[in-house]
Amino acid sequence: MTPPPRHTRGAAVLARDWHWRHAGRAQWAVSGLDLTIEPGERVLLLGASGSGKSTLLQGFAGLLDSDEDGDESGVLLVDGGPPAERRNRIGMVLQNPDAQVILSRVGDDVAFGMENFRVPRAEIWPRVQQVLAATGLNLPVRHDTSHLSGGQKQRLALAGVLAMNPGLLLLDEPTANLDPAGVGEVRDAVVAAVERSGSTLIVIEHRTAAWLPVVNRVIVLGHTGHVVADGSPEEILDRQREDLRRAGVWVPGADLPVLARNRVPGTPLLRADGLSVGYPSSAATGGLDFEISRGTTTVVTGPNGAGKSALALTLGGLLPPRGGHLSADPGFAPSAHRREPVRWRSRELLTRIGSVFQNPEHQFLTGSVLDELALGPRALKQDSATVTAVCTELMERLHLAHLAQANPYTLSGGEQRRLSVATVLATKPETVMLDEPTFGQDRNTWEELLHLLADIAEHGTAVVAVTHDADFAALLADQQIELGQYDALAGPR
Amino acid sequence: MSTIATVPTEHDTNINPVAKLLAASAITVGLVLSVDWMSALTALILEIALLLVLRVRLRALAKRGALIAVAAAMTAVTIALYGVRSGTVHWHFLLITVSDGSLSLAIATFLRVLAIALPAVFLFIDTDPTELADGLGQVVRLPARFVLGALAGVRMIGLLGQDWQYLGYARRARGVADHARIRRAAGQAFALLVFAVRRGTMLATAMEARGFGAHPTRTWARPSPFGWREVALIVAAIGIVAIAITASVVTGHWNFIGTQ
Amino acid sequence: MASQSIRRVYRWRVVDIVVASVLAVASGMVFVVWNIASNPIGASLSAVLPGLQALMGGMWLFAGVLTALVIRKPGAALYGELVAATVSALVGNQWGVMTIESGLVQGLAAELVFAAFLYRKWGLPVALLAGAAAGLGMALNDLILWYVGSAVTFWTIYIVAGVVSGAIIAGALSWYVVRGLAKTGALSRFASGRVGAPADARP
Repeated sequence: MTPPPRHTRGAAVLARDWHWRHAGRAQWAVSGLDLTIEPGERVLLLGASGSGKSTLLQGFAGLLDSDEDGDESGVLLVDGGPPAERRNRIGMVLQNPDAQVILSRVGDDVAFGMENFRVPRAEIWPRVQQVLAATGLNLPVRHDTSHLSGGQKQRLALAGVLAMNPGLLLLDEPTANLDPAGVGEVRDAVVAAVERSGSTLIVIEHRTAAWLPVVNRVIVLGHTGHVVADGSPEEILDRQREDLRRAGVWVPGADLPVLARNRVPGTPLLRADGLSVGYPSSAATGGLDFEISRGTTTVVTGPNGAGKSALALTLGGLLPPRGGHLSADPGFAPSAHRREPVRWRSRELLTRIGSVFQNPEHQFLTGSVLDELALGPRALKQDSATVTAVCTELMERLHLAHLAQANPYTLSGGEQRRLSVATVLATKPETVMLDEPTFGQDRNTWEELLHLLADIAEHGTAVVAVTHDADFAALLADQQIELGQYDALAGPR
Repeated sequence: MSTIATVPTEHDTNINPVAKLLAASAITVGLVLSVDWMSALTALILEIALLLVLRVRLRALAKRGALIAVAAAMTAVTIALYGVRSGTVHWHFLLITVSDGSLSLAIATFLRVLAIALPAVFLFIDTDPTELADGLGQVVRLPARFVLGALAGVRMIGLLGQDWQYLGYARRARGVADHARIRRAAGQAFALLVFAVRRGTMLATAMEARGFGAHPTRTWARPSPFGWREVALIVAAIGIVAIAITASVVTGHWNFIGTQ
Repeated sequence: MASQSIRRVYRWRVVDIVVASVLAVASGMVFVVWNIASNPIGASLSAVLPGLQALMGGMWLFAGVLTALVIRKPGAALYGELVAATVSALVGNQWGVMTIESGLVQGLAAELVFAAFLYRKWGLPVALLAGAAAGLGMALNDLILWYVGSAVTFWTIYIVAGVVSGAIIAGALSWYVVRGLAKTGALSRFASGRVGAPADARP
């Protein structure tokens, strides 16, 4: 085993004609990659989804086992040796905040990496304190990790990685699933750490605005994982702007779409009177008064923990209100004395209020895309000709036709989001509730959703979206409900 | 902000979970050897005395103890009704034979089940999984990869509660929650299993990304002390078993796995 | 290099350990529920025919078979059943620490079946056999430890019911669940998720 060079803060990375194919697949995920990264460089890795970026990062981290996980050829080196032998110089932070928390207490989770690298106990706890301070997580070491926000969890993962003093820091979409405040926190913590230690940094992100100021090199990967462009941020943005935009990357300075809408609000469907919402075991957010009318779009905003998801569930008739009233217009409700959505039967909800959850996977009930789309119409006892017609039309509209027989869990993030929206539209509800529809989406899916929602609002559906996305809210909303402030209603625009 | 650079010591007053496990095992193995009411009753009395000394939380204990008592009663009834006939027969109906022998065996079984089940409940009411894992890895020296992999898996399952709720909401929102309750619950359970497996897979990647399994040995950030209190507990447990068995043998009730 | 060849690797990776633990703990939770639910059902079954309560035993046997069918490595059945039994024991039930001992016996029985096939066969017949073996192990273990002093009829009915329950619930049901999991793509890092590949969106 070749010993690593001593006293080099950053790690050098090298790939020569590297190929990787996952076990059981026919196509190579990455083929013919040639890349050199000098110690201390900060690189942003871009490319369309499916271009093998995550695979490459996992290869750098030494996580790809060519015995069982797939086939490899070519050379991949970190500091002159295979990544698997350099794991004490490499740390990686992944995309999903919840899937990276390993132990129940903050201190234990941070100490985990050091335990793995045989740091003596006497050195572990002082380093835990240092690293928590460095990432701005001012929490006691006994704090329960399940009570952290997404941004805090990502910073915790980062702290755990930094405690290992890595020469190579790999970040796989670390801020994709975070709200804007969280994005800033994580980005700042990474910048501080890299400046202090001089480590090499490789980041994958498609929301580039936050990260472009941080990096000094941008590499773009093409469809089979080879390098398409490589240079400084300014150069790449100049030359590759259009290609990147088409690949769905959020290129800064790109024009936002223009939505022309005839805002003629229709009759009210739902009315909230002093409504307070909340999960059964937590605090309630109170005193909301608003109306949801046909053909309008409403956006719900507010800080984390303010009860936005609880409001979406309550409006969807899935969670009982904690106080006050939420009642439907007599023409909208299935019967005159059952005006509250939470008292409606499941089938009655289908044609009245459709709900799209934050995690589309929570809503998959069948084994294929086609069955998912057909589930709602079949529950309404529609005849098979109508069902087929509805499904075909929706698949065309949302570009899912080629995936008709695929299992919903195997779809990509954007495809799953489109599928979950499509299944709701299949029963043509008069109101559609969406919880964070644009979370983690690339630019293309984002625009599609925007146009789709504007379109259905145009045709008389009431759209309510809970979102952190300021651009989305600005373009779409007729009405904004701001939580976190009692009796908040910003009024119709 | 805390500036303590030493190991957190909140659980100083708790006994090492490994000691608890060994104590419970000692009592259980000893009692399993004989099916008689003397050893079971003696052990039961001594166990209750031990738990009072250890100041175990009585309310939680009572709840779990109640469930166990019901289960013990049901097993005993089965034996009473279908046990081997011996002595005077009190009632006979089809396959049911209630006799002196089966009744005494039933009572012995009831006490025995209680005496065996209670130590495990007492001793594990307050166990922290991380502490148990530390103990199994450092004291018993089980392979660290398995112990910590299991700990991570255990912890992850505890977080699936919110997913279960959302899966339920989804079924209501998709129009299928009005009927077929059992089929729906089975579908929901399967969906939860899919979540569990996928989250577990991602967690494994995250653990490896922090160097888990990179070296064959590891250091442990939290110590797992095994001192006089732990030894005392184990000695007390062995004592209970010894006294119970002696009492049974001396009074002639000893019944080695029902050979009498 | 042939991409579809199944390489026989026997060492457990981290993902094998974590997912086996997840499956085992999930099964353990089912055991906890079944510990309670089985009492009334078992009582009614044994009222109909003494010894028939062993028909419910299968629900305590599927952890080992399920884990082995997913992980496909030596020791998986034993590990799964043992960890699930430990979870059940820690929550507290009428068998106390002996739950762990039953887990050991049941897991070992299933493990022996998979070992007999050299850890190469994972189809439905082998699953049924492993479940049946676990059922036999459970029945013998229970009869020796808890139902001492019962009549021969009781023993026979108990053993037969145990074997049947093991084969159907622990064997067949586990096999179908694993097949369902494979179709969702959740098992993509395991050999069990690749044979009979799911209707994948990607080639």
